[in-house]
Amino acid sequence: MAPLTFDGTMLWIVNLLIGIGFGFTLERAGFGDSRKLAAQFYFRDMTVLKVMFTSIITAMFVVHWAWRLGWVDLSLLWVNPTYLYSAIAGGLILGFGFIIGGYCPGTSLVAAATLKIDALFFLGGVLLGIFVFGQAVPKFWDFYQLAGDMGRITIGDWLGLSTTTATFLVALLAVFMFWGGEQLEKAFNRDRGAR
Amino acid sequence: MRAAQPYWNPYASGVLLGLVLAGAFLLTGHGLGASGALGRMVASVVSLVAPASVDTNPYLAPVAGGGANPFNNWGIPVLIGTLLGGFISGLLSGRLRAETFHGPRISTHQRWLFALLGGSLVGFGARLARGCTSGQALSGGAMLSLGSWAFMFSVFIGGYALAWFVRRLWKEV
Repeated sequence: MAPLTFDGTMLWIVNLLIGIGFGFTLERAGFGDSRKLAAQFYFRDMTVLKVMFTSIITAMFVVHWAWRLGWVDLSLLWVNPTYLYSAIAGGLILGFGFIIGGYCPGTSLVAAATLKIDALFFLGGVLLGIFVFGQAVPKFWDFYQLAGDMGRITIGDWLGLSTTTATFLVALLAVFMFWGGEQLEKAFNRDRGAR
Repeated sequence: MRAAQPYWNPYASGVLLGLVLAGAFLLTGHGLGASGALGRMVASVVSLVAPASVDTNPYLAPVAGGGANPFNNWGIPVLIGTLLGGFISGLLSGRLRAETFHGPRISTHQRWLFALLGGSLVGFGARLARGCTSGQALSGGAMLSLGSWAFMFSVFIGGYALAWFVRRLWKEV
């Protein structure tokens, strides 16, 4: 039953292969180009939204049905614990950095691997930002460690819905976002008179 | 130089990325990640330069304090794989080329400066949120973690809120 229990070198190789699949797919989706990523925030190219939400609902349904069929022990899978306020603050700061810098960490790795110089500078910045965070976090340790600490909680738990209902709601939301994304893309490219 | 191949359809890319993500969960119990492993690289350097400062830092000590090896974590092979996968795809698609991507109104050097600045904010934000677009938004999003969804919407809100003010970085006008 999943998750499987590899160890030692085998586990390292499995993780390496997962990484290769991740990097390859990101590059093929076009995420190695900061201009394409930034265009998301000007409604000109909604690829980021489409890829993100398609991958989330795909993985969600695969894991959910593997669980319903008894193939996976859900309690052994990592569900990011919720620290609500640091997640919101960190997300906003990351969003600011995303539109200024043109990448997020994973996409900058892929861009750097295809020799994009701007991605190398971005990655240098990421390392610097992480260093500063590590030195500064003891000063706001309580906020980081305690504010909004809700433990392992899902959208379903929070809304009082079953997991199955929650997965369908999320899929519905994704389909609505795809539709909206396509409309916005059309409208904003029409304004440019291009395409 | 031959023309680069076109990108994959976004929905098809998303399905494949989702299968990689689901595979990660079913094979190893965890999702994907990028910023955590970068954090471990930073911690390893800090522990080389100033080991005593690591032991007294509640954030760095569990990762690199005492006898802890910061590289003994699944994020490291995933990080190496991500670089490899991106490299292989770039090589096969004709996109392996040294260049700087920037908007039409700024110079290459200005772009480098803003990439460094944006990257610093992203690094700080990702560690504050305990994960980035990969480790929080994608992985936690697929597992329906409440905090991951709050994070994901915050990233989009932050990006859209600032986009108009920095439009000169990316747009013609």
